[in-house]
Amino acid sequence: MSTPTPPLPRWADLILLPVINLFAAFFICGLIVLAIGENPIEALGVMIKGAFVYSGGLGYTLFYTTNYIFTGLAVALAFHCMMFNIGGEGQALIGGLGAALASFGLGVYLPAPLAIPLAVLGAFVAGGIWGVIPGYLQAKRGSHIVITTIMFNFLAASLMVYLLAGPMLEAGQQSPQTARLAESTLLPKMADLLRPLGINITSSPLNASFLIALGAMAVFYVLVWHTRLGFNIRSVGQNQEAAHYAGINVARTIIITMAISGGFAGLLATNEILGFNHKVVLNFTAGYGFTGIAVALMGRNHPIGIFLAALLFGALTQGGGELDFEFQSITREMVLLIQGMIILFSGALAYMFNPPLARMIAKFVAPKDPANG
Amino acid sequence: MADFLYQLLLSFDATLRIATPLMLCAMAGIFSERSGIVDISLEGKLLSGAFVAATIAALTGSAWLGLGCAMLAGIFMSLIHGYACITHKGDQVVSGVAINILASGLTIVLGIALFKRGGQTPSLPREDRFTPIEWWGVDLMDSVPVLGTIYRQLISGHNMLVYVALLAVPLTAFILYRSRFGLRLRAVGEVPEAVDSAGISVTWLRYRALIVGGALCGIAGAYLSIAQGGNFVREMSAGKGYIALAAVIFGNWKPLSAFMACLMFGFLEAATTRLEGVALPLIGEVPTQLMLAMPYVLTVLLLAGFIGKPRPPAAIGKPYHK
Repeated sequence: MSTPTPPLPRWADLILLPVINLFAAFFICGLIVLAIGENPIEALGVMIKGAFVYSGGLGYTLFYTTNYIFTGLAVALAFHCMMFNIGGEGQALIGGLGAALASFGLGVYLPAPLAIPLAVLGAFVAGGIWGVIPGYLQAKRGSHIVITTIMFNFLAASLMVYLLAGPMLEAGQQSPQTARLAESTLLPKMADLLRPLGINITSSPLNASFLIALGAMAVFYVLVWHTRLGFNIRSVGQNQEAAHYAGINVARTIIITMAISGGFAGLLATNEILGFNHKVVLNFTAGYGFTGIAVALMGRNHPIGIFLAALLFGALTQGGGELDFEFQSITREMVLLIQGMIILFSGALAYMFNPPLARMIAKFVAPKDPANG
Repeated sequence: MADFLYQLLLSFDATLRIATPLMLCAMAGIFSERSGIVDISLEGKLLSGAFVAATIAALTGSAWLGLGCAMLAGIFMSLIHGYACITHKGDQVVSGVAINILASGLTIVLGIALFKRGGQTPSLPREDRFTPIEWWGVDLMDSVPVLGTIYRQLISGHNMLVYVALLAVPLTAFILYRSRFGLRLRAVGEVPEAVDSAGISVTWLRYRALIVGGALCGIAGAYLSIAQGGNFVREMSAGKGYIALAAVIFGNWKPLSAFMACLMFGFLEAATTRLEGVALPLIGEVPTQLMLAMPYVLTVLLLAGFIGKPRPPAAIGKPYHK
């Protein structure tokens, strides 16, 4: 048995370790790019330019960031309760359905100041419903949340294909999509919002949903650390038996957590549907639900961390698109590879760099500590 | 009536072809999950296997080499999974998600770099694939009514990997229930402490289970890209790994029951294509999406305890701390 590992200092755990994991992920991807016969440094440069430098690049980056904030918060909230919500993808899809139903059903009759909150609520509630069913099944019937949420992703996809190609298909359309949503429920572009304030930014898909995402981050923070429900969620996540013994209704907490988690994922539809597509199309979730796992892991389940991780993934998504134009043999799918590596290193291999790093830091910080030799 | 029976026979034939990759992946899932490792990375291993099989077969012109390398690719992905969640005790679900996303990205990135066809591999000539094998005496049997047709359509005329999948099921059952390795494997998924105190390495047992699973997924992948199809297309696994996982759960982590579940899921899909646009008596036209979603619906119902009681291995998902 080796000597027990000293605990990692907080700053190293929060900053150094994620950076090392990120570096490891990029390093391996760099090797793969090298093996393909392209220059990884050059590729990284192209991605950074595409994400931040080119006109409108930043707008696109923040547009994608918005998606990742929503799915990252969804996964992170469930993590606080020790629930693994891989169902962000399905919850976001159904969120789109909710937004559309609210828009077609009521939004048509209402002015924008009423219609927009209603459509946003529609997305939240619909996503929440798709999250609460697996939550209920886990809490009351003991079915494993991971498997149920995976199944619910497929169920959501099937349902959406059925609806978009059938009952909700726009008349005269061939490809599966709905008609344009009610104008009063569409979210304004950020460029249009900022112009009256005298700020001119390049037009991009970036829309008011970004503000909703920032709001959701604040709600997340207050909910988790400053409410009774948040305390219950964290208690259940730390130790279900202890929480039960302390008088917390474990089943109820799990169900509520999954409802809100699904709701966060559902809000993705505000960005993609209400803010950008303006109609429901197939597969608008494009894997954001899965990447939310990486975002939550990198962001250490904290809104600030989630924002930074979402920004990273937003930049990767936007910058990755730039690869298509600049290179012969590497394309935007490179980003999928980077995502996979990041999940591997900062999630599954989270404990790999931890002990050696802790030992190294312990050596430097307290070299003469008699207890550790 | 005769026509209906013939149609049914053809459906069974299609069922077998659809169920083949499911069976292989389900057996892989059983090995892994019975040893205590959650395996949602079946999908990623299947996809990697399909890509490598088609790539190697295209580059070398040998289907056998493609099959072998596909198995190695499956094993490689399994080893990543094992390194993360056995050696470093990482979260098994997170690792599985990582492998699925990695496989999705890697197959496209390498495919584009190698062949410049947007992620597809070149179409293989017939002689470089696993082609249907005509069994001995098919023409002779034709003169026998009913049996002759069954022999020709259902039993004969599949490619080799279909028969491999059919063999994999009894073999898995035999290994699991009749061999020393199988006994230990089941024990390590239930009470790893007991296995450890008997002086047997939990780590090595679980690695072996994953390696076997990786090889099986590799075969399933090869089936998709160089036996059933003639090239690799991006995301060609299309959720089959997840359906196989559903079959494992539906079969209560038992090889024969999981095999039946694979056949049922396969039949549902085969029936879907045949029933498209056909109005059934009493029910009317069934939406295809509902038929295709049935495996997921049934698995959710089963997990919720509405049809039978699932009994997963007791130690599943928990890293073993000595």
